[in-house]
This record gives sequence, C-alpha cells and structure tokens, in this order.
Amino acid sequence: MDAFTTHTGVGVPLKRSNVDTDQIIPAVYLKRVTRTGFEDGLFAAWRGDPDFVLNDPTYADGSVLVAGPDFGTGSSREHAVWALQNYGFKVVISSRFADIFRGNSGKAGLLAAQVDEKVVQSLWDWLEDHPGGVITVDLESRTIRAGAGEDAVEDSFDIDDYTRWRLLEGLDDIGITLGHDDRITAFEASRPAWKPVTA
Amino acid sequence: MGKTLSEKVWDEHVVRSAPGEPDLLFIDLHLLHEVTSPQAFDGLRLANRTVRRSDLTLATEDHNVPTIDWDKPIADPVSRTQVETLRKNCADFGVRLHPLGDVEQGIVHVVGPQLGLTQPGMTIVCGDSHTSTHGAFGAIAFGIGTSEVEHVLATQTLMQSRPKTMAVTVNGTLPDGVTAKDLVLTLITHTGTGGGQGYIVEYRGQAIEELSMEARMTVCNMSIEWGAKAGLIAPDQTTFDYLADKPEAPKGADWDAAVAHWKTLRTDDDATFDQEIVLDASTMTPFVTWGTNPGQGAPLGANIPGPDDFDEPNDKVATEKALHYMGLTAGTPLREVKVDTVFVGSCTNGRIEDLRLAASILEGRTVAADTRLLVVPGSVRVRLQAEAEGLDQIFLAAGAEWRGAGCSMCLGMNPDQLAPGERSASTSNRNFEGRQGKGGRTHLVSVPVAAATAVRGTLSSPADLQEV
Repeated sequence: MDAFTTHTGVGVPLKRSNVDTDQIIPAVYLKRVTRTGFEDGLFAAWRGDPDFVLNDPTYADGSVLVAGPDFGTGSSREHAVWALQNYGFKVVISSRFADIFRGNSGKAGLLAAQVDEKVVQSLWDWLEDHPGGVITVDLESRTIRAGAGEDAVEDSFDIDDYTRWRLLEGLDDIGITLGHDDRITAFEASRPAWKPVTA
Repeated sequence: MGKTLSEKVWDEHVVRSAPGEPDLLFIDLHLLHEVTSPQAFDGLRLANRTVRRSDLTLATEDHNVPTIDWDKPIADPVSRTQVETLRKNCADFGVRLHPLGDVEQGIVHVVGPQLGLTQPGMTIVCGDSHTSTHGAFGAIAFGIGTSEVEHVLATQTLMQSRPKTMAVTVNGTLPDGVTAKDLVLTLITHTGTGGGQGYIVEYRGQAIEELSMEARMTVCNMSIEWGAKAGLIAPDQTTFDYLADKPEAPKGADWDAAVAHWKTLRTDDDATFDQEIVLDASTMTPFVTWGTNPGQGAPLGANIPGPDDFDEPNDKVATEKALHYMGLTAGTPLREVKVDTVFVGSCTNGRIEDLRLAASILEGRTVAADTRLLVVPGSVRVRLQAEAEGLDQIFLAAGAEWRGAGCSMCLGMNPDQLAPGERSASTSNRNFEGRQGKGGRTHLVSVPVAAATAVRGTLSSPADLQEV
C-alpha cells in the first residue's frame, strides 16, 4: 500500500445521507475477480442522471468526496472502496461512516476522514461558492482546509491512531501480524479439542 | 465487576493486546463465497503466502449462482468465471467447498448453522455483512472486507478494536402472527440505520428467549442493518437442542465438555453495558418498510409518513427522496400498496421454519393474478426438507415459483431481479435503491406478510385473508 501523508484535490459535494454500498456500487458490478475496473459501477444508478454531480465537468478531476452522514452502510463489499479509488477518489469526508466501510478504507488506502456534521455543511457551502475548488486533507496534522481568507474552511478530522499510523507508513497489515506468529502458534495450542474443524 | 457475554467471548480470543493498538483476535471459523474472495486469494499468491488454517475455513457458492438450471453451466460468462475462480482457489489452497449441485450448497449463513459448524462462544467471520446471523448461537460473528479476508486466510486472526457493548432487552411475548422479523424491523426504525454503530449488541429478555434458533438467526442477521458490529444471544437449552444432532457438533465427551463451557457464556449479573435499549414485544404488530433503508418502516396498519412527520432536516430530505424513488404518496395506507413480486428467501428468512410458515398460509389459496411469488430456499438441505414435507407442492399449487438455493433476489446479482419500477414485498434484509434490480422498489416484510401479500396483491397480513 502507498503511504498517505497529505492530499489536495477537487472537492465533490454528495448531498445525500445514508449512501449505502449498494448505491456506491450495485451487486451486478461485483463479478470481476480483480481489484481494478470498478469505476464504471461507481454510483451506477445515479450516473444516468445528467444532473448528478459526477456528470458536471466542473468535478471531472474530483478526488475528495464530501458526503452526508452514514456513508458506506450495508454490504461489506470492499469493491465500494475500490470503485471510489478506481474512479480517482483519495479521500471521503463524512460525519459518520459505517464500521465495515471505514475498516475497508483503512486497509485499501482510501482516507475516511470523519468530521463534525457542521463541517460537512461548511464544505458544501464553500464548494457551492467555489465550484471546482480544491480541498487539502493533511493526515499528519489531521486537518482539512478549503480556500483562504474570510470564507475559508479549516477544521480537524477524526481517524483512529492505528489506522493513521498505518496509512502514513503505507504498512501491510498481514506483514505486521505475521511478526506475531509465535503468539498465534501458542494460542492455537491452547484451543479446546472440541472446537469444530471443516477438514 | 462481571463481564458481558460479548466481553467473555472476545477475551477468550485475544492472541495479543497492546496499548494503542487493536487486539489481535483468533478466528474460529472463516466462511468464504465467490464474490468477496478472489482478490484475497490473488493477494496470497502475490505474496507467496498459504492459507494458515484451511481446517477452519469453509466455502460455498451462493451470491452469484442461478436458482434455475443449476445443473447446467452458468449462462452469464462473467458470473461463471467468478464461480470457477472460487473452485480453482479452493482446490489450489486446500479449502473445503460446497459447490453448486452439492447437497450442502446454499447461502453461507444457512449452511454454517445447519452443519453445526456455528457454535456458541466462537469467533466467525465472512466477507459478507450478514455474518452477524451466527450471533444467534452466542458467537461473535461479523462481516469483513476482502483485505481482511486475505488477512484471515494468511494468519487466522484479525486486528480489531474492542467495540462498546449494548443490550437490547425485549420484554413480554410477541403476539400471535408477529415474528422475529417484525421485532427487528421495529427495532431498526426505532434506532435508525446508524444506532448500533460501534457496538456489539446482546439481544435478551423474555421475547428473545422464547424465539426458536431460526428466529434468533433472523434477529441477529439484521444487526448490521442498524449499524451494529455484531449481535448475539446467550446460548441456552434451545441452542443446545438445536445443535445436538448436527453433523459437525461435538460428540460424546466432547459434547459434554462443550456444553459445560457454553453454559458459562452468559452476561454476569453484575456486568454493565455501555448502552441499553428496552422494547416491549407485546405491543408489536406486523411491520413493513416504506422507504429505501431498513430504518424507514412502520406498522402495516399505518399510513405512509411524509417529510412533515420528521423533525430532523436530514430525515425530511431522506423521506422525500425515498418516497419519490418508491413512487409512494404520504398518507396512503400501507395496506393499499400494490405489489408486483413477492420474494420469500435469503439468509434472513430462507430456512425451513420460514418455508413451513409461508406454506401454512398459502395452503388452499392462490397467488393474486398479476402478482409473482418466488420461493427460494436458503440451502439445498432446506429445499430437500421442504420437498420431503410436500411444501413445494403447496407453493406450486398456489402459483408460486419454486427455485434452487442461493441469495437470489435478495441482492439481484444473479438473473433473479426486479425490473425498473417493479415493486416487491421481500423477506430479505435490504430495501436500498436498486438492491433487487435497477429501479426496483423493495418493501421489507415478514414471512406471514409476504405470503398474505402474494394472495391479495397488496401489502397484507394473514388477518386480511378470507378463511379457506
């Protein structure tokens, strides 16, 4: 996984709450056996609407999604994270993420930045005044910044310390865990014999 | 101070704990299916890693398989490739697989319990959010993404931060005709889709204790629909009786040792939860959803709400959008909503008790002229049991379609989909926009409501049906 320190990119307002992973990518797009090529399925049902934000050329280079609360609810499909990444998103900002989506983002290297609901509204307002404006997300200082001067938006965001450290270092979880192989082996030796096996 | 059930199970599985880091948890059972596993196996190959404990791993084909012509090659080449990829991966890495055509094939969350592999006090994961189903046995069970699937394959562990604990206490007894599905839909409308976020939930109280194992699975299945990390129920005699004759349950002295341990898996009297919700089952009624998330529901006897019925600006906007998508008008009685397709099945309501209940209502009745009823058993074993009891003949006589096992129309990944604008009453778990097919409109319902709706063609309960 590539390390993530800071990102500056075009902010895209997604003014909806409860954007579930079926909305992010419907099941019929989940048949690929690779981690790439899911961008066509991203928000598939809404892409047909000419007024949908991703169809606005202003946001053609969008990479920071600013969404309403309860983003990523529902299915555990990591394809939702891949679809956002395949399309070009590096960061999703929301006031509340579903647990599995947040976990998947951390593993796959998409930054899920949790902010106060007021901050989402401020960013939406700022993007309305500055269509195509860029947002800077700094993982080191856990801050979000849009614009300069009087109407600038600057605030902090939440991310757990461990995920932040892994993203900053670009570390592979499995490698870290295999460093504790002796502990896993010792645990296995202590399991009761009646626990079920599939083989 | 005592511990809650989930804390006991969690603590028994901690391999390593360090300040400021997530716990490293050992995983007792890892379930796989074709959709969320191929990239994980690819990751293993790239890093030259193996499956650490193939003896704690089980795969089945469910999401993407057809429910007709299952003895023929899968028609859609992309779906076929995905299923064949699972077969190759399981062969290459030595994982037990129950493929299409095998007598143990079915929805992963139906197969685990019916084999007896799902047992109290276990940690169970699968690349599927409805893994919470297995919590009905007093296991900590939750859905994971594909990166985590790869992590479990390689290490048989997961890094997880300890969730907070919540009790959902359901006092009283469910009235006749009101099911576990109505109970959990009522709960989700009460909490909203994010109400359980960050919690492992223990369902308890008289109404929960009175549920059968299959009904408990229905409740735990939908834990994820209100955002909970997992949901579980303390094992009791109902649990032990269910497990006793299952093929993979412990036998002889092992059984005695297991039960002795399982009996310790209860929340201590002096334990405290971080949060508690209390509900009264005796006031519950058949409950259905009208919107586009499982928290947008109402009693079947109610009218469809409108934006003015909500205080929060977000709820007002969400209600307006949902009604627009669903093609519904605020104020309309739910009982007047006309339904095109009824789906009975899924990991929520595709077990033998569900099919028996549906058949008991459909016996001697027929499906409404312009309504379609699809009955999809959750597993091959469920299908064979239903056929042995003659339930398939009742469904066919009523004019229903009787299908093979799989996830089917719950998620509309195989050809079983709604057409744009088509409306369903579905015993499944999600009414998201397009969930059952692009433009499809879903009402989540219990099995009795599904069966009665199929007969009348509008949202109904068995109380609305004429005697036969």
